[in-house]
Amino acid sequence: MEYGLDLEYSFNEFLKGFGLSSEIAHIIWLPLPMLLVLVAAVVGVLVTVWLERKISAAAQQRIGPEYAGALGVLQPIADGLKLLVKEDIIPAKADGILFTAGPILVLVPVILSWLIVPFGQNLLISNVGIGIFLWIALSSIQPIGLLMSGYASNNKYSLLGGLRAAAQSISYEIPLALSVLAIVLMTNSLSTIDIVNQQSGAGILSWNIWRQPVGFIVFWICALAECERLPFDLPEAEEELVAGYQTEYAGMKFALFYLGSYINLILSALLVSILYLGGWGFPIPVELIAKFLNLPINAPFIQVFTASIGIVMTVLKAYLLVFIAILLRWTTPRVRIDQLLDLGWKFLLPISLANLLITAGLKLAFPQFFGG
Amino acid sequence: MSIAITTQIICFTVLSLVILIGALGVVLLESIVYSAFLLGGVFMSVAGLYLLLNASFVAAAQVLVYVGAVNVLIIFAIMLVNKKEDLKPINDIKSRRIISTSICLTLLSLLIRVDLTNVWNLSSPQNSIGEESTIRIGEHLFSDYLLPFEVASVLLLMAMIGAIVLARRDVMSKDISTGLPVDQELIEKSSEPLLTNKN
Repeated sequence: MEYGLDLEYSFNEFLKGFGLSSEIAHIIWLPLPMLLVLVAAVVGVLVTVWLERKISAAAQQRIGPEYAGALGVLQPIADGLKLLVKEDIIPAKADGILFTAGPILVLVPVILSWLIVPFGQNLLISNVGIGIFLWIALSSIQPIGLLMSGYASNNKYSLLGGLRAAAQSISYEIPLALSVLAIVLMTNSLSTIDIVNQQSGAGILSWNIWRQPVGFIVFWICALAECERLPFDLPEAEEELVAGYQTEYAGMKFALFYLGSYINLILSALLVSILYLGGWGFPIPVELIAKFLNLPINAPFIQVFTASIGIVMTVLKAYLLVFIAILLRWTTPRVRIDQLLDLGWKFLLPISLANLLITAGLKLAFPQFFGG
Repeated sequence: MSIAITTQIICFTVLSLVILIGALGVVLLESIVYSAFLLGGVFMSVAGLYLLLNASFVAAAQVLVYVGAVNVLIIFAIMLVNKKEDLKPINDIKSRRIISTSICLTLLSLLIRVDLTNVWNLSSPQNSIGEESTIRIGEHLFSDYLLPFEVASVLLLMAMIGAIVLARRDVMSKDISTGLPVDQELIEKSSEPLLTNKN
């Protein structure tokens, strides 16, 4: 299965052609994918903000942003610029250090998690062995940042919002991790590359969503809760808590929260598509198409074509899920805090445990379908 | 010296400094909230040390368990009972500090002695298992370390039951610490939904 573009290798060979040592070439290479992914994440946020505005407008029979660029596509950039030039206010009785560190602690783990998001066989920053586990570990840091900013704001709404965010994030992390564990059980690997390759056998038919329907639903609910999207946006429930932990924030610090929550949404959508919807896989396997057209799979043209199809498919699947998340936001009411915790602990946790148990049993009974 | 080794040395120095200063801050700072957040920083830096040792699974587990669970719960508890109260000054604070410092220094000297006298079985970088360590840890947990692993889970279960008993005082008629009958008035009872009363 080891095919696909290896940009790092080609880049290093290219630099070595100029007489540079392989170590220097590696150092020049290192920041490139990171920058690329960072830019991709920010552009993804801009697109998502625009989509959110347009789709919510459509859901409420409004027009939405219209004047900034064609169809208002420049509206998110205008939002960002406005937040950039706004005055940075720290409330007089707030704790300055924690107040500043909070938003950073919320944003950094989310961006770090992009390390493991693959857009193709070799199109990711690092194929670390612990793969998906890294994301679970990193996303558990976020509540500390939320608690920190909630506490440092010296505002009861902020503190309540921070506490709610932490409670919610802790309770939904467990079913989330358990449904990921069922996938890992089927794959025999934590690496996101292996998870996608395991689903690439027969195109759309071999995607994990057919083998893990319960896991898919549990994961999606938990991912929405982790992103604090409606119906689970209790930490910032504007009718009760003003804006939760963000109440006292303005300017760029607020923008960090904003950015963090949208990057997290895109990341969750990407991970759902990687874990359950075949990642970069085309609904019909590309090898089959190549064979049908009598083209060699390793030809450079086919390689570039497969890689671009991979990126397009990953992004397409992710944005389909983002679309569903936005629709959910405007069609479902917010749950109460007790309903939220009941759903997490009394419903999702037992179901995901049972799902894990059944997956293990099915793996033993039908190793050819559930990974041997 | 190659670039890789230089990077490693810089990372190690920074992480060690953060661990040392952070740990001192946890103990010495007056504000309990700062201590709790610094503790999280120390846990993260320890995870960084594990990463330097090529133990990425242990590092991620350290972040997940210590930062994501233990530290969050500590901060959570501090914020739920965040009462501003003036603590009574302790009379013999000086002698207490001297005693605790001497105990800590004794422990430190013991550890240093162990470090210096023990012959460490260092494996060369060639036979380090690296990414395979996840599988090895799993094998050990289900073979020779099965009993400690299961006993640890029983311990956690006991702690959980204890916490539930403490939190839900209505399951007992007597207060555990004082032995007095529990004041049932103070316990929150599940109230009926508002809508049913209106009929």
